[in-house]
Amino acid sequence: MALNGMQIYKLLPRKNCKECGFPTCLAFAMKLAQGGTEAEKCPYMSDEAKAQLAEATAPPMRTVKFGTNDLEYSLGGETVLFRHEKTFVNRPRFAVMFSDTMSPEEIEKKIKNINAVNYTRINEEMYVEIAAFRCESQDKDTFISLIKKVTEKCSKVVPMVITDNPEIATAAVSECADKGPILFGANEQNHDAMVNLAKENKLLLGVTADGKEKLYELVEKIQKAGYRELLLDAGSRNLKGAFDDMVNIRRTALLSGDRTFGYPTVAFVCDMAQDKMMQLACASLFVEKYASIIVLSDIDYSLALPLFALRQNIFTDPQRPMRIEQGVYKIGTADEESPLLVTVDFALTYFIVSGEVERSKVPSWILIPDAGGYSVLTAWAAGKFNAKSIAKAVKEFEVENKIKTRELIIPGKVAVLKADIEDELPGWKVIVGAEEAAALPNFLKNYQQAAS
Amino acid sequence: MAYKMPAQKYSGQIQEVTIGSDLKLGGESVLPFYSFDGDMGNKPVIGMEIWDIIPESWPEGVLNTFKDVADDPVKWAKYCEEKYNPDFICIKFEGANPDGLDKSPEECAEVAKKLAENVKVPLVIAGCQNNEKNAKVFTKVAEALPDKNYVFLSAVESNYKEVGAAVGMAYGNIVAAESSVDLNLAKQLNILVTQLGIKPEKMVMDPGCAAVGYGFEYVVTTMDRIRLAALQQSDTTLQIPMILPVSFESWKVKESIAPEEEMPEWGSQEDRGIAMEISTAVGVLGSGANAVILRHPRSVEVVRNFISEMTE
Ligand code: SF4
Repeated sequence: MALNGMQIYKLLPRKNCKECGFPTCLAFAMKLAQGGTEAEKCPYMSDEAKAQLAEATAPPMRTVKFGTNDLEYSLGGETVLFRHEKTFVNRPRFAVMFSDTMSPEEIEKKIKNINAVNYTRINEEMYVEIAAFRCESQDKDTFISLIKKVTEKCSKVVPMVITDNPEIATAAVSECADKGPILFGANEQNHDAMVNLAKENKLLLGVTADGKEKLYELVEKIQKAGYRELLLDAGSRNLKGAFDDMVNIRRTALLSGDRTFGYPTVAFVCDMAQDKMMQLACASLFVEKYASIIVLSDIDYSLALPLFALRQNIFTDPQRPMRIEQGVYKIGTADEESPLLVTVDFALTYFIVSGEVERSKVPSWILIPDAGGYSVLTAWAAGKFNAKSIAKAVKEFEVENKIKTRELIIPGKVAVLKADIEDELPGWKVIVGAEEAAALPNFLKNYQQAAS
Repeated sequence: MAYKMPAQKYSGQIQEVTIGSDLKLGGESVLPFYSFDGDMGNKPVIGMEIWDIIPESWPEGVLNTFKDVADDPVKWAKYCEEKYNPDFICIKFEGANPDGLDKSPEECAEVAKKLAENVKVPLVIAGCQNNEKNAKVFTKVAEALPDKNYVFLSAVESNYKEVGAAVGMAYGNIVAAESSVDLNLAKQLNILVTQLGIKPEKMVMDPGCAAVGYGFEYVVTTMDRIRLAALQQSDTTLQIPMILPVSFESWKVKESIAPEEEMPEWGSQEDRGIAMEISTAVGVLGSGANAVILRHPRSVEVVRNFISEMTE
């Protein structure tokens, strides 16, 4: 539980020596309680007091890690229930479930699917981060050979070892220790051995129990044993129950300030539905609220495109606009004769504009200058989207070499820029385009007809 | 220490609105699907989108499903109703678009009337892209179908007076107030519409929609904030059920329209379109939508399944 200013004051040496930069110990304590300064600023605090303070001022939800090197991921660390309150910091990661009793064909198919889904969307690489392995054969060698096979063929996945048998877990973990696997799961029976194994190898440990009450008791025990790199599962394997678990575990941490549930959670969507599209529905909900690992049965583009896109949106920092890289973008089968449009680098604007251009079925080019990441009118008002920035982009991206047209279509809302741009770009003619993106398909069709 | 569930109790409640004779929306006093906190009200409902003209711009994957009925809205609506059992039908008068076929308000009213006579479920009347034209179309349609409690999608800042006066005041139907993904604009428009004399139980709101991946975070955040203001702060101007025309957005993004020849690695275009529609629908339902409009029968099936699992 968080301490208030007076409680912190009692832990201080009360020397009023000002070395912390505050006039009195009390002033320092008050500021510390609000999170406005750090405990380290007072050089005279006892170790015991420091430990108490560290505990009291720690974030309500722990940030944990799994994987290694380039493939290391953080989970948790959230401070708010709604993204507008601040921002969500650590996006959920997706897993595909394997079992060591699956047929070789099924395993091969999943391996192929995992490797096929790998693409970039607004500067973010999209792929499945985790392969989950469920030991159902109860045979160590069968299990290990599955992990080996998949991790060899899918170079990017971090393994999640799922077994309640500590002996099998030990063998499996040592097989893939260099990949920083997740170990799942510690339960009421095996937690001593599992905690030790996780401790020795510094692994993220999945903790599972039947219901939130039992999970809570189990986490208390594990915390007492000194381990805090945890991932929680309250056992629900149906959509409604799992949603209850996700929401309430998160609220226990953030609203009640109870750190026993201050850990990320895992949603086994693969167990909640057979149907792929129903899994997509479940997973979409859990991206919003509030899973940190989402385990699917399989992956393909029809699942990945919406899920990764939704995740990218939800985990965007609300204070910072999403920007698209500057450049000339080809829409459809545009060639050097195709029309050229210009708009801003605000990702949302670009997406809407490119979507409408695509819908028009008129292959075109879209030029994106440096416009500060704002929408058209804001960027124009801020002086970021003007004749200079547009002319600069035309030169920088060698538009004149790539495209034959010397006509540039600008957003209707900034028609005033026409003369300025023509001054900056000798030999070019500026065409004032549609005021709203939705009117672009008609505009482009007419524009193309007039040209031919 | 034993575990204690952190229930959140709210003072506010969403207005209950009846569409048609007995399709009830809203009434909840908790965040979406928070059954553990209290009364979830009426469960969210699903409507299917049809057009007054053959929707040639629809991607093949979804157009194919309706190819035998898409030439006649009544046939189409009955087909949907009998086969897929939606809670309502959304007829979009795309043919009224002045840049397209520019059908007259009278023609639209004729179609709407025929639909009302032939379909059992209530109707949601949607317009084209031209708000000025929509006001005229809505006026005629509402006049032809008075006191039906049908929803008119939608009144926007530029036409709310005309739409509100005709749809809500003169002909006793339900006005959907549409704003563009901004809490303050939504609130302002709701206030303006009520100032015309329209009762909250004769209103719904469309806070603005987008497909997942296309600025969807603004949609989620606007909806979250609307719901929190309605429930936590009991802001009556925002305690209005929300209707989200998911299909209008989800079927026009690249993921849904790119043909397989263009994106071979992406696989079935139909699957992608369905998936974008489902994910967007679940996304808005998770943020408080009381009604969603969908196109593909498969999406209807999955989203219905999702809603039942979450509410039963
Ligand atoms: S440095 Fe420590 S002892 Fe000195 S005034 Fe600040 S809090 Fe008090």
